[in-house]
Amino acid sequence: MIRRTALAAAVGAALLVLPACTATGGTSKGADAKAADDPSKVTGAITVLTQRTDLVQDGTMKKYAAEFNKTYPKVKVEFQALTNYEAEVKIRMNTENYGDVLMIPGVIKKSDYPKFFASLGTVGERSEKYRFTDFTAVDGKVYGQSPIGVMPGFVYNKRVWKEAGVTDWPITPAAFLADLKAIRTKTDAVPYYTNFAAGWTLTSWTFVNGSVHCDPRATTKLAEGDPWSEGADLRVGDTLLYDIVHEGLAEKDPTTSNWEASKPRLAKGEIATQWLGTWAIVQFQDAARKAGVDPDDIGFMPFPAQVGGEFCAVVSPDYNQAVNVHSKHKEAARAWIDWFTDKSGYDQDNLAISPRKGAALPEVLKPYEDAGVKLIELDDSKGADVKLIDTESEVGINTPDYRQDLVDLARGARKGTLDDFLADLGRKWTDTQKTVGS
Amino acid sequence: MADTTEKPAVGHPGARPVPGDAPVPAPAPRRARFWRRLTPWLFLAAPLALLIAFTYAPIVNMVAFSFTDWDGVSPELHYTGTENYTELFTRSDLFEVFFVSGYYLAASAVQIVAALYFATILSFNVRFRNFFKGVLFFPYLINGVAIGFVFLYFFQDGGTLDSVLALFGHHSDHAWLGTPASANTSLAGVSVWRYLGLNFVLFLGAIQSIPGELYEASELDGANRWHQFRHIILPGIKPVLTLTVILSVSGSLSAFEIPYIMTGGATGTETFVIQTVKLAFQFNKTGLASAAAVVLLLIILAVTWLQRRLVPDDRVDLV
Repeated sequence: MIRRTALAAAVGAALLVLPACTATGGTSKGADAKAADDPSKVTGAITVLTQRTDLVQDGTMKKYAAEFNKTYPKVKVEFQALTNYEAEVKIRMNTENYGDVLMIPGVIKKSDYPKFFASLGTVGERSEKYRFTDFTAVDGKVYGQSPIGVMPGFVYNKRVWKEAGVTDWPITPAAFLADLKAIRTKTDAVPYYTNFAAGWTLTSWTFVNGSVHCDPRATTKLAEGDPWSEGADLRVGDTLLYDIVHEGLAEKDPTTSNWEASKPRLAKGEIATQWLGTWAIVQFQDAARKAGVDPDDIGFMPFPAQVGGEFCAVVSPDYNQAVNVHSKHKEAARAWIDWFTDKSGYDQDNLAISPRKGAALPEVLKPYEDAGVKLIELDDSKGADVKLIDTESEVGINTPDYRQDLVDLARGARKGTLDDFLADLGRKWTDTQKTVGS
Repeated sequence: MADTTEKPAVGHPGARPVPGDAPVPAPAPRRARFWRRLTPWLFLAAPLALLIAFTYAPIVNMVAFSFTDWDGVSPELHYTGTENYTELFTRSDLFEVFFVSGYYLAASAVQIVAALYFATILSFNVRFRNFFKGVLFFPYLINGVAIGFVFLYFFQDGGTLDSVLALFGHHSDHAWLGTPASANTSLAGVSVWRYLGLNFVLFLGAIQSIPGELYEASELDGANRWHQFRHIILPGIKPVLTLTVILSVSGSLSAFEIPYIMTGGATGTETFVIQTVKLAFQFNKTGLASAAAVVLLLIILAVTWLQRRLVPDDRVDLV
C-alpha cells in the first residue's frame, strides 16, 4: 500500500513538471528576411512546406528547385508536402520547427504574424511591384506573398451550355436559374453539382463576397454589418445556392458526391456547372485530357450579377508564402520566395493570375477580357476582424458546415425556411460583433 | 509441491534452499538489496515513461488548456478560470448532439445480441466453423478510414447497396445518407459491421473457457441448447458481457471515425467528438474544445460507475 502511494506520488510529481515542457513556441519578434544582392553568395539548406502534395509526388517541385539552383547554386531546397495542410502545420507551429518557407495558415491571427514570420519588406516597397500586399501587412510591414492570384467563378462545360441554347453568360441569379432549367430539360447533364460531401467546395460560395455589388470594401461591410441582410452579397449567393438545390437543379444525392469523380464528369458533359475558382480550371482541363475529351470545352464564368452593365470579379491571393522567423537561412528562404513569385512560371503553369502588378491575364481568361469583366481587389484592412467574428460566433463562413445545412434545408432534409435560417446566421453574427467590440 | 530443486544463486551467498515452504531469502547485503528492489522499476521504466509521456501528460495538458482561451497556435494564452465550462453547460446546443449517440447505442444493442448469437452457435460443432469465425472477425482488422471510404461507395446513388437490392427486385431510389434518420441509421449500421467481430471474439473466447464437462453433465440431465445457453454460457461469460456493454456505451458516446470520414458531421450526423474537433480545428477554440473533451471523459466515467453499481461484477463460480 505504501508502495502504491509512493508510485502515485512520483507519477503525480512528474505530471506537474511536464506541462512546463510543453509551453508554446518562442516569442522572438520582428526579424527581417532581406533579399540578397548577389545570388551566388546565398547559401544554406531550406525546407519548403507546401500543400501541393500532387506537385511534390510527380516531381514538378523538384524541377522548380533545379531551375532555382541555376540562379542560386549554393541553396539546397527540400520540400515537405502536407496532405492536411491547415491542421498539420498548425500543430507544428507550436514548435520552432515549421520549415524555412511555408504558407501562412488561416488559423494564425494577423496580429501574431510578426511572432511567426520574418518580414519581407515594407508595404511601400512591395506594393509598387506586387498585388495583395495588405493581406499580410502588419504595422506597415509585409509578411507574406502569394505566388498566384485566384478568382472565384463557375467552371462550366461550354458544349452542354450551348446545347441548352445558352450562348451569353446570365446576368442575374434568376437568369442563371432559368439557364440551369434549360440544361435540365434539353440535355442529359446534371445542371449543377454541389460537391456537398467534400465540404470545402461549398465553402467557396463565401467568395461571392465583393462580386455581387462590385464593392472593394465588401470585407469591411462583413465586419460592420449583417452579411445576410436583404441584398447583401452573401445573402444573394446563399439564396442562389438554395434555389439551385431547391428547384432540383443539383445532383440527386449530394451526400455521396465525389470531388475527384466530378472533374472528368464535368469535362465529359455529365455535369454542366460548379462554383469554384480559376485555380480549378487547370485540374478540369487535365481531367478532360485524361478522359479523352476536348479540354477547350471547360469554360469559366463570373457570378451572375452586373453593376452598371459590367460583370465584376474579385482577385484574391491564394496561400501566402512566408519565411519562418526562426529560420537559420532567412536569406536563402527569401530568395526562394522571390524567385518562386517572379521567375518560376508557377502562375502560368497553373493558368493563374500573376501576383505582379501589370502582368497580363492568362490566356484562359480571354473571355473575361472580351466581355469586359471588371477585376477588383478587396480591401483587407478589416480581414482580421471578420475572421475573429466568424470563429467566435461559430458561424463559419470559411468552413463548410452552414452551407451543408443550407443544402439540407433546400432539399428538405432539414426543417425550417430560408429566411429564418439566414436570419439566425445574421443574429449570431451581429451578436458577436457587439461582444468582440470591433 | 515440495520443490527442492532451487540452487543457491550466484552472488547471493546467504540464500539457501529451504525444503517445503517458499524459500525465504536471508537478509542480503545492502547493495544487493538495493539492486533487487530497483530491478522491477528498471523493467517498468520504459512502459511507465511511455505511458506518462503519451497518455497522462497529454491528459493533464488538456485539462490545463480547458481553463484557458488558447486558440491552438498563438504563443499567448490566458487563464480564464471555469469560463469554458460555464459556456459549455449554458449552451444546450452543444449537448443536442448526444441524441445522435442514441442511434449508436441502439446499434450496440443489436451488435451485442448478434455477436452473442454467432459466438454461441460457433462454439458448438458447426461445419466451416473457422471459416465463419474469420468472416465475422475480418472487418475489425480493416482500417477505419478505409471502411469509411468503402461504405461511401456502398451507399452512393446506384452504388453497391442499390445494386444488391436491385438483384432482389427491389429498385429503391433512397438516398441512404440523405436524411438525418436514414444517415445515422446507415452510419450506425457500418459501425455494427465493423465492431461485431471484436465483440464476437471476446464472447467466443469466454465461452470456450467454460469447461466441456458442464455441457456433458447438463446433457445427461436432459438440457437442450437453450438451457445450456441460459444456465451455463450466459452466467459463464457475464464479466466479459459487462465489459462489452461498458465499451459499447463509451464507444457510442464518443463515436467519431466513421461519421467523420463519411459525412463529416453533415445532415445531422454530428457526434460530440466531431463537434469537439470542429471547435478546436475550425473555430480555433482549443480551450473550449478541451473542456468539452474533459466533460466527455467525466460522462463516460460516470456512466461506467453507474453501470457497475447497477450490475455488480461478482465472481462467477460455475462449478
